[in-house]
Amino acid sequence: MKTALKLAYRNLVGAGLRTWLNVIVLSFSFVVIIWLKGILVGWDYQAKSDMTNWEIGGGQYWHEQYDPFDPFTLAESHALIPEQFSEEIAQGDMVPVLMVQGTLYPQGRMQTVTIKGIDADQDIFLLPTNKLDTVVDAVPAIIGAAMAESLHLTEGDLVTLRWRDAWGTFDAMDIVITDIFSSNVPSVEAAQIYIPLELLREMTMMQDEATILTFRDPELSRPAVQGWIHKPKNVLTASVDRMIKTKTAGQSVFYAILLLLAMLAIFDTQVLSIFRRQKEIGTYIALGYTRREVVGLFTVEGAMHSILAAVVGALYGIPFLAWQAKVGWTIPMDAGDFGMAMAQTLYPVYSAGLVVSTILIVVIITTIVSYWPSRRIAKMNPTEALRGRIQ
Amino acid sequence: MDKNEIIQIKELKKIFPMGKSEFTALNDINLSLGKGEFTGLIGPSGSGKTTLLNIVGSLDTPTSGEAWVLDQSIGKLTAKEAAQLRKKNLGFIFQSYNLLAVHNVFENVEFPLLLLKIGAAERRKMVMDALEWLGLTDKVRSKPPQLSGGECQRVAIARAMVKRPSLVLADEPTANLDAANSHHILQTMVKLNEELKTTFLFATHDEKVIGYLKRKIYLFDGKVAKDEWVTSNQTAK
Ligand SMILES: Nc1ncnc2c1ncn2[C@@H]1O[C@H](COP(=O)(O)OP(=O)(O)O)[C@@H](O)[C@H]1O
Ligand SMILES: [Mg+2]
Repeated sequence: MKTALKLAYRNLVGAGLRTWLNVIVLSFSFVVIIWLKGILVGWDYQAKSDMTNWEIGGGQYWHEQYDPFDPFTLAESHALIPEQFSEEIAQGDMVPVLMVQGTLYPQGRMQTVTIKGIDADQDIFLLPTNKLDTVVDAVPAIIGAAMAESLHLTEGDLVTLRWRDAWGTFDAMDIVITDIFSSNVPSVEAAQIYIPLELLREMTMMQDEATILTFRDPELSRPAVQGWIHKPKNVLTASVDRMIKTKTAGQSVFYAILLLLAMLAIFDTQVLSIFRRQKEIGTYIALGYTRREVVGLFTVEGAMHSILAAVVGALYGIPFLAWQAKVGWTIPMDAGDFGMAMAQTLYPVYSAGLVVSTILIVVIITTIVSYWPSRRIAKMNPTEALRGRIQ
Repeated sequence: MDKNEIIQIKELKKIFPMGKSEFTALNDINLSLGKGEFTGLIGPSGSGKTTLLNIVGSLDTPTSGEAWVLDQSIGKLTAKEAAQLRKKNLGFIFQSYNLLAVHNVFENVEFPLLLLKIGAAERRKMVMDALEWLGLTDKVRSKPPQLSGGECQRVAIARAMVKRPSLVLADEPTANLDAANSHHILQTMVKLNEELKTTFLFATHDEKVIGYLKRKIYLFDGKVAKDEWVTSNQTAK
């Protein structure tokens, strides 16, 4: 094996330009695959941490009537906070949010919104709720940048808000925008306004009630609570998993094409080698190789393309990938239009497992592709190979 | 088999299938070669020289009859055993040199020693010795495409000789060489034959080669037509 490696290396490097063309094509596949996979891992990580920070914390309890996809359920989805959570809430490790349907009237227009009541001093979410503590003449409210832009609202603007209380009676009041935040999570920005929890409870006559309870610690075991549905973190991030899965499938097609091209080049080289190097094959046999050993030599030679490609790929790939991890990859479209937690700039994350498995898979595929045409050598007649007469 | 014999061929036949019919390339060959001989198979093109050399070299097998080489019956060897015989005991020299083009002179000559798994230091010494015999010490790093035909054939001889095989098989070794180079390599081979006691078996129809042979076996239409020893007072040119 050592001899075969040595000879294969000499033959491969000796073959010059053709070898390096194959190696460069293959090394490009390595770098692109690792980069793209790294982007997905980074995206997955970023999307989940954005969701954790802005939307779901360490997991939630939902009122049993609450359905985020049906705003009409909001009228029914509120209840007293169960007794057993009072301590956790008092310690700040659980944040109750009350949600009510409402309508905003900015400059004569109309926008249906979800009004979310939240404690000003919570620190589970990155929402700037401390800005709800400001003393103003109207109800202090914070909104996301996306909505602020679409409604042309800026800090300090007064807007009329209309809502229904627990008895279904309409009421209206002015709110003042005390802060505009931007997150990467569209669902915390789109058509949402945040106002102080106690105020919303008063406005709606829903004392001590909430719609969603978000806790900080995802590790604690969570009991079942009558009237509330426990939503663990992994359930709440399932949409991200689904999205990443879809993207992975899409990428896989791309990898397959990339690898197919590289493998085609190597396959072609192998087939050509076996015809052009008949005399050489005969010579190996005359010098004491068996035909099977020559098959082995040619297979190792072909497979070695992938080893060289890993080395060459590392030469330019490591600096490139490291630079990408540092500056990130800025998506050439508006991330807000994506409808999912997505930053404008994604930072690829590479794991040792990703690099090793990519290299391993490529080496295995290259070996198979190299072995396939080389099998013919086992059927060659050595005397005819020496004459170079095999068609 | 006689202690001093290296090759013994008995009633050997080689028949090639040719579509529906067959072609008898060797017919009823009976021969024996002793150790240290410097012998040639002589005959016109198509007379079966290469075919016989290939069988002796365990690259091919007899259709019937037997060929014993170094106490091994060629027709009965497995692929592995045949490879072992070639690796350890046989050296090949070809008309078109068959050097490995991307390997340099040193690496070409080193090749058979790599197959024998000889250690690096010993390998190096053996290669340098062989290159010295052939006067190639200044071409160590050259690659075959940079060498003349004569130099290439000398590298091929060094490669055949480096492991000190018992038997060297040379198929038309001078066919691509001019007269001066032909004489040069033949004189070298005579010297190696005398100093290392290596047995040489040629296949040739080149008068220059024939002039150096100590025994001439004439083949005609796949049969031995004449087998004669050169008396010692006959000298090569
Ligand atoms: N594999 C083969 N199939 C069919 N015929 C062959 C084969 N090898 C050699 N022959 C025939 O056998 C005869 C002897 O060939 P060869 O031993 O190469 O002759 P020489 O080396 O004396 O020129 C030739 O007529 C050649 O065409
Ligand atoms: Mg011939």
